[in-house]
Amino acid sequence: MSDTLLALLVTVPLVAAIFPLLVGLRVDDAGWPIAMAGSLAVVGLAGSLASTIYTAGPEGQRLIHELAGYPAPYGIELVGDGLSALIALLIGVVAVAVLVYDRSVDRPDAFYSGYLLLTGGLLGMTLTGDLFNLFVFLEIVGLVTYALVAAGDGGEAAYGALKYLFLGTVGASLYLIGVGYALVATGSLNMLDLQTRLAEVGYTDPLVQASFGFILVGFMLKIAVFPLHTWQPDAYTHAPDTVSAFISALVSTTAAYALIRIAFDVFTVDFFAANPLIADTVVLIASISIVVGSLLAATQTEVKRVFAYSSVAQFGMVVVAVGLNSRTALFGAVIHLIGHGLMKATLFMGAGTLSSAYGASTIADYAGLAKRAPYTGGAIAVTGLALVGIPPSIGLLGKWYIGLGAVESGTWSVAIVIFVSTLLSLSYVYQLIEALYFTPLEEPTGGESTADGAVDHATMADSAVADGGHAGRIAPERVAVVALLAVSTVVLFASVGLFDAMLDPVFGRFFQ
Amino acid sequence: MTDFVSLLTTRHAYVLFVLLSTIGLYMLIANENLVKKIIGVNMFQTGIFLFFVSSAYRVGGSAPIVEDGGGPYVSPLPQVIVLTAIVVGISLTAVGLALSIRLYSEYGTLRADALREVIGDE
Repeated sequence: MSDTLLALLVTVPLVAAIFPLLVGLRVDDAGWPIAMAGSLAVVGLAGSLASTIYTAGPEGQRLIHELAGYPAPYGIELVGDGLSALIALLIGVVAVAVLVYDRSVDRPDAFYSGYLLLTGGLLGMTLTGDLFNLFVFLEIVGLVTYALVAAGDGGEAAYGALKYLFLGTVGASLYLIGVGYALVATGSLNMLDLQTRLAEVGYTDPLVQASFGFILVGFMLKIAVFPLHTWQPDAYTHAPDTVSAFISALVSTTAAYALIRIAFDVFTVDFFAANPLIADTVVLIASISIVVGSLLAATQTEVKRVFAYSSVAQFGMVVVAVGLNSRTALFGAVIHLIGHGLMKATLFMGAGTLSSAYGASTIADYAGLAKRAPYTGGAIAVTGLALVGIPPSIGLLGKWYIGLGAVESGTWSVAIVIFVSTLLSLSYVYQLIEALYFTPLEEPTGGESTADGAVDHATMADSAVADGGHAGRIAPERVAVVALLAVSTVVLFASVGLFDAMLDPVFGRFFQ
Repeated sequence: MTDFVSLLTTRHAYVLFVLLSTIGLYMLIANENLVKKIIGVNMFQTGIFLFFVSSAYRVGGSAPIVEDGGGPYVSPLPQVIVLTAIVVGISLTAVGLALSIRLYSEYGTLRADALREVIGDE
């Protein structure tokens, strides 16, 4: 009965995506309300999926829906368990929050169609139980993301989007090769079916090893792990602020979720046990990504770039947990995945609020802005500290469990890498906080402190209005949603029990 | 040597898959022209399609329209996958070309190195 929830979660946003364009032919400004209704429906459905799984006994904690009634392994299944329910809930919450933030901007109807399509694609990636179906949703997400990034002003946005398209397509194609190898080796595409069939073929079979290798590299491109991250700072920086917040919180997150799902549900821990070299390589690449991402973030001057490179480091931590083969580390990785999504959404929306109201885009521009925008500035500071991992925050929880898992499995180097990265992230977050709170406010009549601040006030106000805000005035719902999300990153510190209850049965299966 | 010859004669489709994919990938990386980069992506994907289709082939197999006493059949699953992947590939090409047109009208060039210089990409 309740398994139709899964089908509804994917189809509601996909079908709703038609309506902003369709209704837009007759009615003006219909896009936003429709997108909001669709996103709220997603939150409701994801919430009831999560509560169904939370309250179900040990038996009912995995919902399966066979599409069109074709039985697995021939048909395509949608599968919902504690892990995918958490990610689905994150997608819904961020989709609503970013839409609230976007209320004051006038956008074409096609933008909202793309928005719903992206939401539906992400949910499809989260819930599907079929490797090829995952590829299709991966490409839906990719295509819509390229289009939404290109919705930004000027040629930079188009350039960022095209760069993302090239690398994203290669990533998805490499994944497809991996799926092809798995299909040739086993003759199946269903994740649950593959789990047993791959074990029968043998985990040291070259075809199976190559299959995982291609899938891994494909996802590393999509997740933006160093050195495959080069598309990500450009895409995040040049996209409209709304889109940056949405994709930074969800697109790489869902790809990382899919990697975790495939690594542990399809290939299983036995595969890593049989191929220690692959596990070690994953840990090594991810560790390098953590350090280099943090270093690059600390050397940036543009705020959106700081956050973008910081994502490279944070996702390194998630991927490291895949190679560590430790239940504790994986628990931390899932918490960090969700925490990072909430934190980055908050930070990008906070940065967008400040840039549309005051034209501030570099750290130097932030001088004294906390006086003018106390709530937004405060939310950025709180979330920044959560990103570093200052307790109490969800950022600490994720890092703590990943580090603990590394120590438990005897990989001390990873714990050290996480510690170094935390120090580096403290340095870039401190720069922001110093600018916001401890640097004197520049007089608005004088020139700005940076070279490009030489633009006179009128142009600045114009560009700010074009970006959706009003110069010097911040839309109240933006402040509310940024502050609310910032508070959530702190409050979720107390939610370990909840995460544990949702994830325990899933991990029980992963680590039998 | 004989291994190599037998590889070429019996597994030529897979050899072609590797060749096409790597040439496409090389074109994507090494060519500075945006449209040629898109062609490279297409070639890369075509190689993958070839791999899927040839993995479905079996000697003497007929089209998988099942009837009594028929068979053997070729596997229909990879062919369905390729059909879907072709659609995805075409959409990607369309988006990529649209973005190239926008870049051209904005900067008057299709060369990635010139664009990098104008935009100041690091």
